[in-house]
Amino acid sequence: MKKKASLSSKLISSPYIVWMIIFIVFPLLVVAYYSFTDMSGNFTLNNFNNLSRYAPIFTRSIWFGLVATLISLVISYPLAYIISQIPISKQKTIVLLVMLPMWMNFLLRTYSWMLLLEDTGIINNFLVKMGFSRLKLINTEAAVILGMVYNYLPYMILPLYSVMSKMDKSVIEAARDLGGNTTTVISKVVFPLSLPGVISGITMVFVPSVSTFYISQKLGGGKFPLIGDVIEMKFLVSYNYNVGATLSLVLMVLILICLFFMNKFADSEQGGIII
Amino acid sequence: MKKLSISSKIYMALILIFLYAPIFVLIFFSFNEANSTSVFTHFSLKWYGELFRDTNTIKALKNTLVLAISSSVIATILGTAAAVGINAMRSKPLKTTVLTTTNIPMMNPDIVTGVSMMLLFVLVGKLVGIKGVLGFQTLLIAHITFNLPYVILSVLPRFKQMDNNLAEAAQDLGCTPAQSFFRVVLPSIMPGVLTGFIMSFTLSLDDFVISYFVSGPEFQTLPIRIYSMTKKRVTPDIYALSTIIFVSILVLLILINISQRKGENKIKTNNFTKEME
Repeated sequence: MKKKASLSSKLISSPYIVWMIIFIVFPLLVVAYYSFTDMSGNFTLNNFNNLSRYAPIFTRSIWFGLVATLISLVISYPLAYIISQIPISKQKTIVLLVMLPMWMNFLLRTYSWMLLLEDTGIINNFLVKMGFSRLKLINTEAAVILGMVYNYLPYMILPLYSVMSKMDKSVIEAARDLGGNTTTVISKVVFPLSLPGVISGITMVFVPSVSTFYISQKLGGGKFPLIGDVIEMKFLVSYNYNVGATLSLVLMVLILICLFFMNKFADSEQGGIII
Repeated sequence: MKKLSISSKIYMALILIFLYAPIFVLIFFSFNEANSTSVFTHFSLKWYGELFRDTNTIKALKNTLVLAISSSVIATILGTAAAVGINAMRSKPLKTTVLTTTNIPMMNPDIVTGVSMMLLFVLVGKLVGIKGVLGFQTLLIAHITFNLPYVILSVLPRFKQMDNNLAEAAQDLGCTPAQSFFRVVLPSIMPGVLTGFIMSFTLSLDDFVISYFVSGPEFQTLPIRIYSMTKKRVTPDIYALSTIIFVSILVLLILINISQRKGENKIKTNNFTKEME
């Protein structure tokens, strides 16, 4: 009886597995194929040999991504905790409020920041009216990072909140009753328990930040090209699919390595808790 | 539950202001007479009129909705079925392989997913000998593909929270596997299914990066149209459009929230009366 049921439940996932192989696994093989061939389809390693010229761009992308992720985490963590502490009915409303901006088109949200940050934009006009001098806001590194934080912040808040809202409140109370002050309770109880949320939040902010290609164009004014900008150019401006594929492959591998180390870190942290 | 301190409230308010400031800027200037975002001359609805005369934008809006609805519905069905199957898998290596592969589109940067699918479509197009393969079909495939992991990963955790014995109990009591699925399993994973669906719909509606690579000139979605418009200076009819989208989603969410709350109250009172008995 049980065997039979599990067989039918197994079969039910087969359409997905076929889909997965064709549209997830196979495209990656195609990327690899393009990166090891030249324009006429012959095998070559030239695409990889020329990579060093893109090294500064890779470094900048990862650096910007790390900073944006860290800022998002620092902003979101207290917020998620606060949300998880309020009455459930209100929690839902706040979570909806956090999610709502994501429905607004990403390009428009970024474009709107351009309007806010411009030299004659809303913030600067306000500053002038208040008697301050204009600030250089747009086309700076800070503006690009702000754009990343702004666009991906809900992706950090939501997983953190979802872990914290499921946390057993009595564990926190027990820690308090046993004499832990707020700092101890947060560092020894809340944070370790929320680690899965932290990890998925970091992933969901870091990956799109590193690979973005619109934010840097609009808020950085093209002064800080990121790896995404270069890939976009290779594919849709210079039609060099092979170099574009190579850069994509390297980007993917770099991100996988980062994620791997992060998960390792998370595992060892959790192991520590058990001991 | 303790009451929130003032500082917590202020903190929450500040973040919400940060999240909404750019959106309110767009809404505010959609009512501006002048084509300017630094000076507000006076209130006008003229950009809303302009918007409805812009047939390309209206067409792109329709395309986006068609794509978002079809891709999220297909992804939800396919993904829920997949989650049921994955949950039932006894072989650990198989399960791990499937889950790892499922994670790829989530882990992978959108741009890599977009590029990889574009290359697949271009290659297949080249082999089959069709020029201009990129269009609605490729967009639909791409959207379903990037929606699927979100559905699966929001449904799967629900099985952990569910008592597995329940489904078996239902079958012992005479339900067919299908009946026990629709009456016992599905209701308990439903919150996950709904979350997955809403996420898919949102992602699909908002997706630009992947769509940008796999779309052709005939089938433009709204984000792609907006992208080509923001390359130059945008006219305020786009602000008007974003205001309309924002308001309609707000209304939709409020309606969903109200109906859910009603449902919950019903369950609460039901449980309460049961307890009383």
